[in-house]
Amino acid sequence: MSSSDAHVVVLGAGHAGGTLVALLRQYGFAGPITMVGDEPIAPYQRPPLSKAWLKGEADEDSLALKPLEFYAENQIDFRPNISAVSLKRADKVVELSDGSTLSYDFLVIATGMRANKLPLPGAELSGVLSLRSAADAEALKGHLKPGRHIAIIGGGYIGLEVAASARALGAEATVFEREARILSRSACEVLSTFFTDYHRARGVSFELGAHIDSLVGEGGKVTGVKMADGRTLPADVVLVGVGAKPNDEIAADAGLETARGVVVDLEARTSDPAIFAIGDCSHRPLPLYDRMFGPESVPSALEQAKQVAAAITGRPAPTPEVPWNWSDQYDLKLQIAGLPFDADRVLVRGDPASGKFAIFHLKGDQIQSVEAVNAPPEYMMGRQLIGNRKPVNLDRLADPTVSMKEVAA
Amino acid sequence: MAKVTYIENNGTEHVIDVKAGLTVMEGAVKNNVPGIDADCGGACACATCHVYVDAAWESKTGTKSAMEESMLDFAENVEPSSRLSCQIKVSDELDGLVVRMPESQH
Repeated sequence: MSSSDAHVVVLGAGHAGGTLVALLRQYGFAGPITMVGDEPIAPYQRPPLSKAWLKGEADEDSLALKPLEFYAENQIDFRPNISAVSLKRADKVVELSDGSTLSYDFLVIATGMRANKLPLPGAELSGVLSLRSAADAEALKGHLKPGRHIAIIGGGYIGLEVAASARALGAEATVFEREARILSRSACEVLSTFFTDYHRARGVSFELGAHIDSLVGEGGKVTGVKMADGRTLPADVVLVGVGAKPNDEIAADAGLETARGVVVDLEARTSDPAIFAIGDCSHRPLPLYDRMFGPESVPSALEQAKQVAAAITGRPAPTPEVPWNWSDQYDLKLQIAGLPFDADRVLVRGDPASGKFAIFHLKGDQIQSVEAVNAPPEYMMGRQLIGNRKPVNLDRLADPTVSMKEVAA
Repeated sequence: MAKVTYIENNGTEHVIDVKAGLTVMEGAVKNNVPGIDADCGGACACATCHVYVDAAWESKTGTKSAMEESMLDFAENVEPSSRLSCQIKVSDELDGLVVRMPESQH
């Protein structure tokens, strides 16, 4: 078998799978490609779902990675509304939910994650939603209007973005967070405090250290959030944003190594050389930090799609990228580069009260990560300094009158 | 509709009919033109849709926002004609636009 007649089967038609099949054709791969996805529509961008989509500034066409006809024109057999139910590695065959089977030479698992359910009474009420897919976003959209109250359970980035969109649409929003501060899992206290204050000033209420007893409803429809302290706060709709888990069962059941995601190497290859895993369902190496991680981000999915396309077409593996991510809330653009692993010091450059600042996480005089709010120079230069591991002078870094170019010089 | 010519760093040309209202970045990405990555999908957050706009078109492609200016200031291989293609909206006025791509977006 040469790679030109190999059959590539991609399980999952999300941002990762959709990017991979397009890259394979871009890189000149001429063999058959089949991509199955459990959603009714072709691969699309998820990040706008909590922002532009809710606000009516994006439609299905603008969200689509490629127009639907792209797949047929490029001999990509895209099958919507189908998922894989089992994997027989010895025969190189996957069984699909419609009862059919597919033989593969290369299999790519790109099955993403699913939202965690709220483990509380009332979670099954109508109006209790999560936000992973375009269908989820469409269900949420109709609720966000003046006079309506959305309860957002979980103070992570998706919840905060929805809170900002809700306020833009005139709805009332309350964020419930079990921990003492929002973003406790992903950001430092300075950033948590900044975002809490920014949202409060725009009318969002917060219940921090919240102990929720249950969701309550009438006629099967949610009407409120009952707290352990006896209060019941009104809610016309509840968004549950309490994390997600990788859809890695198909890999685990087939005996592939998993660890909160399918374990892969720097080519995104699993413990089976004919099988790759990319995107949110994978657990991947981060060479810069010398460890494994599940980044749950679009940029990581895109990087892994490039790794697989290169591996299948015999191109050299792409240079590892600095992990990054972003979040848009109101007029704030948060850009994050790197991860704060092993950091021993936090340095704030600029004044958070000005709405324009950056938080550097340092290990000695090396930058491990940067969280930049409306501060592209700090983000862009921070990302380069994280990648090239160049030591920086901390006094100069802390002084916003010294430009980032001078800091890096 | 506007005809936009995208020229890869290796000289390969792609002439694409781009619908008015889309950005120059979307015109490339939706047609699988190599060389424009656009990791963030047009949020002006990543600077991986960097292009060079041919001099004749600079005035018609509009001015850079402070955000775009700032991102470009720190991107690699930047020239005076550099733009982030997610920030250029295509209109009939841009029929014939030519953009070239840098060696790499990362």
